[in-house]
Amino acid sequence: MLSSGLTLIFSMMGVLNFAHASFYMLGAYIAYSLVGVLGFWPALVLAPLLVGVLGAGFERMALRRVHKFGHVAELLITFGLSYVVLELVQLIWGRLAVPFAPPAALQGSAFTIVQHPLQGLSLVWGAAPAQLCAGAACSNFPLTRLFMMVVALLMLLALWLLLTRTRIGLVIQAALTHPEMVEALGHNVPRVLMLVFGSGCALAALAGVIGGITFVTEPNMAVIVGSIIFVVVVVGGVGSLAGAFVGSLLIGLLQTLPLTVDGSLASLFTSWGLAVGPTTFGYPILKLSMAQVAPILPYLLMVLILIFRPKGLLGTRDD
Amino acid sequence: MTQPKHLLRSSLIASLLAASAFAAHAQKGETVKIALIDPLSGLMGPVGQNQAKSFQFFAEKFNASNPAGVKFEIVSIDNKLSPVESLNALKSAIDQGVRYVAQGNGSGVALALIDAINKHNERNPGKEVLFLNHSAVDPDLTNSKCSFWHFRMDADTSMKMEAITTFLKDQPDVKKVFLLNQNYAHGHQVAKYAKELLASKRPDVQIVGEDLHPIAQVRDFAPYVAKIKASGADTVITGNWGSDLSLLIKAANESGYTGKFYTYYAGVTGTPSAMGATGAGRVYQVAYNHYNMGGQMGKWMSEFQTRFKDDFYTGSVIHIYTLLGSAMAKAKSTDPAKVALAMEGLRVNSFGGEVEMRKTDHQLQQPLYIAVWQKADAKYPYSPEGTGYTMAPVKTFESYVSSTPTSCQMKRP
Repeated sequence: MLSSGLTLIFSMMGVLNFAHASFYMLGAYIAYSLVGVLGFWPALVLAPLLVGVLGAGFERMALRRVHKFGHVAELLITFGLSYVVLELVQLIWGRLAVPFAPPAALQGSAFTIVQHPLQGLSLVWGAAPAQLCAGAACSNFPLTRLFMMVVALLMLLALWLLLTRTRIGLVIQAALTHPEMVEALGHNVPRVLMLVFGSGCALAALAGVIGGITFVTEPNMAVIVGSIIFVVVVVGGVGSLAGAFVGSLLIGLLQTLPLTVDGSLASLFTSWGLAVGPTTFGYPILKLSMAQVAPILPYLLMVLILIFRPKGLLGTRDD
Repeated sequence: MTQPKHLLRSSLIASLLAASAFAAHAQKGETVKIALIDPLSGLMGPVGQNQAKSFQFFAEKFNASNPAGVKFEIVSIDNKLSPVESLNALKSAIDQGVRYVAQGNGSGVALALIDAINKHNERNPGKEVLFLNHSAVDPDLTNSKCSFWHFRMDADTSMKMEAITTFLKDQPDVKKVFLLNQNYAHGHQVAKYAKELLASKRPDVQIVGEDLHPIAQVRDFAPYVAKIKASGADTVITGNWGSDLSLLIKAANESGYTGKFYTYYAGVTGTPSAMGATGAGRVYQVAYNHYNMGGQMGKWMSEFQTRFKDDFYTGSVIHIYTLLGSAMAKAKSTDPAKVALAMEGLRVNSFGGEVEMRKTDHQLQQPLYIAVWQKADAKYPYSPEGTGYTMAPVKTFESYVSSTPTSCQMKRP
């Protein structure tokens, strides 16, 4: 979800936005403050709008001025912005995590997967009754996760429809490749770019609100998602919405699936009949289990993609 | 001419006499600065903030009365849980003239600090710095890497695991154990001692899984909980602390895991809220204190609660002030080198009864308690984080039971 916002900005404006994750964090914090006044659902709508306005304002005031100095200046100014936002957030909301809990409607479990020794797998909506779980293994699926998935899918769908099926989408696409032509046709290209940047930030903020209630709302949240969304965008292909979707699924699987594997290179070699023990050369590396190296796998994949397919899986840009 | 000379001499003698009389209590009225180097921001920030408040609170209490008559002053520095930042913090503390350093969150940080302090003390005789370890429990600190300048007031991993496994002897329903720990010094040690001690005390217990995860990085423990459930474990043993424990228990509750947790730090900031009602009767904690110690400790706890709206759990802070006070009175000085010598083998009365700073390795010998999370009642009333639940003690291990041997070969100056 976050990556789709980033790829939107990047593909539409050619601006690599380092402050994107900061807008994500800002979304979570602003929503946290609004929840106290308005309740959760209005905050869910209002916080992204507010952050979108802030983003648009930043584009209008700062980014547009440095645009003429080229990519490096744009990159640096967003980089600087990310630090400013981080410090501001710490000044306003403090350095510690804030208690941003999901509303009552989103607490509890969406459905329960019951693994019964005799009847096999079955699905129960909501929480499963205790007597059912007594003789079987029950796995609850939290409602917040379901909500996150639904919102992400809806957003991608809406974005795709907007870009490919509407007049505004056509104008946005044209404004990137042929700005002079679009301008000549009477469209205000700078304003279009400002709107694109603003909506990219709003999408990040929406992701932030949902991420904030599901995980932890604290000043480090931007840094942690910041690096991973770049991986998603690079792997999926810069400037491709479908690529961002595929990339995020791939990275998500790569982050969580290896956690369930206990094997290591050492056990792999052992299964091939090679003797591997503490005295073998490079044993400290060989003994690392998949679960332990899981956090670096996405980055490894990014390096490989950059070497073998620089435009990403579904990317269209060759430059 | 003789008159003034005579005057001068007598006044000299008088001042010398006064000085020697003063020397008997040279430390009286002196200010002892202690630098607290711990995370005050980030995911582990709440834990460090709480401990900074604890140090502050008890500095006031002990300034009112301590056997040495010194004043304690706390300088807290944020180390962001990073060894590099901690070394910078140490340097700036030393530059400010601080001779006592306290730290506890993260044995990796503690190992870096004691290494730097050893070097500093070697190079700057007469300006030694003392390391007061309030919670870093890696046994290496008092075994292979033990140092004369390091004193640990917490109980180390081997002592706590000794207590847990002894307790598990009487828990026949524990059959399959999963070990989930943070991927750094402390987590590795918990896993290692759990395997060793379970093998000797409960050979029938099966270890169905073992995992290490990055410290203070994981926001989503759902995959780990799924793995724990898939392994069929009925018990999880974890040395996790701070957000790593509260998020783990939150994820376990969300996914409906019903097994037991044997933890080191379930009483620490954030975790009580995460446990809530679903954790009742399922989460155990081993520690050198618990929320219902009663007596003076109980009074202090409720005073701390009303003042900071936070719960006091780092009892080793009290040990630190008690030991420092007695040692300074005994050494008649606040010089760290003399205080360190006086602290060796020192026995004092603290909240858990008599404790002893073992001379061989500078590990405090103290009673340990196993407590379980349950509804607060008249007998165990203290409820952390307003949850309505509490840590109720189920078993006490006296100092001699929880004590473990050491391989420390200490070099003394």
